[in-house]
Amino acid sequence: MSLPNPPAMMDQLQEVKIPFAAGVVESLQAGDLISLTGTLFTGRDQTHRRMMALLDEGADLPVDLAGQLLYYVGPSPARPGQVIGAAGPTTSYRMDVYTPRLLELGLMATMGKGSRSQTVREAMVRHKAVYLAAFGGAGALLSKCIIAAEVVAFADAGPEALFKFTVEKFPAVVINDVQGSDYYEMVKTGKDVSR
Amino acid sequence: MRDIEAALITEAVKKITMEAGVRLEPDILEGLVSARDSETSGLAKNILELLLVNADIAAREKIPVCQDTGVAVVFIELGQDVHINGDLGEAVQQGIQAGYQEGYLRKSVCDPITRVNTGTNTPAVIHIELVPGEQIRISVLPKGCGSENMSGLTMLPPSSGISGMKDFVVRQVVNAGPNPCPPLLIGVGMGGTFEKAALLAKKALIRPLGKHHSRPDVAALEEEILTRINEQGQGVQGLGGNNTALAVHIDLFPSHIASLPVAVNIQCHAHRHKEIVL
Repeated sequence: MSLPNPPAMMDQLQEVKIPFAAGVVESLQAGDLISLTGTLFTGRDQTHRRMMALLDEGADLPVDLAGQLLYYVGPSPARPGQVIGAAGPTTSYRMDVYTPRLLELGLMATMGKGSRSQTVREAMVRHKAVYLAAFGGAGALLSKCIIAAEVVAFADAGPEALFKFTVEKFPAVVINDVQGSDYYEMVKTGKDVSR
Repeated sequence: MRDIEAALITEAVKKITMEAGVRLEPDILEGLVSARDSETSGLAKNILELLLVNADIAAREKIPVCQDTGVAVVFIELGQDVHINGDLGEAVQQGIQAGYQEGYLRKSVCDPITRVNTGTNTPAVIHIELVPGEQIRISVLPKGCGSENMSGLTMLPPSSGISGMKDFVVRQVVNAGPNPCPPLLIGVGMGGTFEKAALLAKKALIRPLGKHHSRPDVAALEEEILTRINEQGQGVQGLGGNNTALAVHIDLFPSHIASLPVAVNIQCHAHRHKEIVL
């Protein structure tokens, strides 16, 4: 990613490759600032409803989510010559009702913005999964960290299609780690406001 | 009486819709700069800087500031001495549709039952007010729904008074936490009726950022509530700091002797709005 005046923070992020190598997810701690490089899948409201319908029918999902990161985003359309339009996170709680079922299938990380329900937090501990927050409202900047994008399924759902993104140095904050810590809660209770 | 062609309205709406999607107005940019300069948390300061870089990339490369380019809310102040040649509502909807299509803005409007996307980002939500004169003032507010979903309305008993109103607003923002993308702009509608309070709260958002209400007691309330919100320490993106909100805008309307409606409309930092006068 090349920014005109990147904040110093952008060079100090802990680099993480996705999909995750063994042991990496377990090493992430609530409050860690990381940058993601590799591939991920996307999905938001309609994407989840359609995946649940497939699972209800006993069918396979269009992609194997085991070991993967699922990013909650509905990108804006790309202009000619662009990889993707703006592509920042959407609010995650709307996916809470669907998330435990995907974690059971081996999904290793989700990324969006905002708090997760207690049920999802417990499921993350049980399945050793993490939740990351991307920077909300920075969709133009984050589009620069996406170097390839293709629709994998549900193309007719437009921005709610399931995409595969190849990302490079995509910044995020670890909110929920596998030990059950929640960084938003830590900030609220004053346990960690030093950063 | 002045005649205005509907096609002119369509063209104007299209133009400001496309601009609003990719370019933050100077008031919100100044608000983000002053938040960055006053920020006490190192992480929040960095994120505010990153949001300013985001706005710069968006404007230069015509990439939406945020991928949620919203449901289009359109406020029209229609001079009563204007005669429109054509259908005003249809002209606005066509302008919105063309703006979202040609501006590469995301179409996010769907049927509330089937959830099938209309594919055009229409219908826009249009509020028309008749005013004296022979001009038309059109404001487009592409409203993202991460923040809209965190809004709320309550019908307080008048005995709750000002303190009940303040508590409701602060609680609404605190409960929203990181979900609506702080730093926020808080629109508050106080008084009127159920629907009037909601509309006042929404319209308070299009006031220039941080411009206080003309009544000194209301301006003082805006300042007090802003301070209380920012003392909670949730901060930018809910990651801590002293800038959970950039401003609180309150608007009022007299209410029934039995009633004190209070509406809180939450807006994110990607506060896009654009106005044109014809």
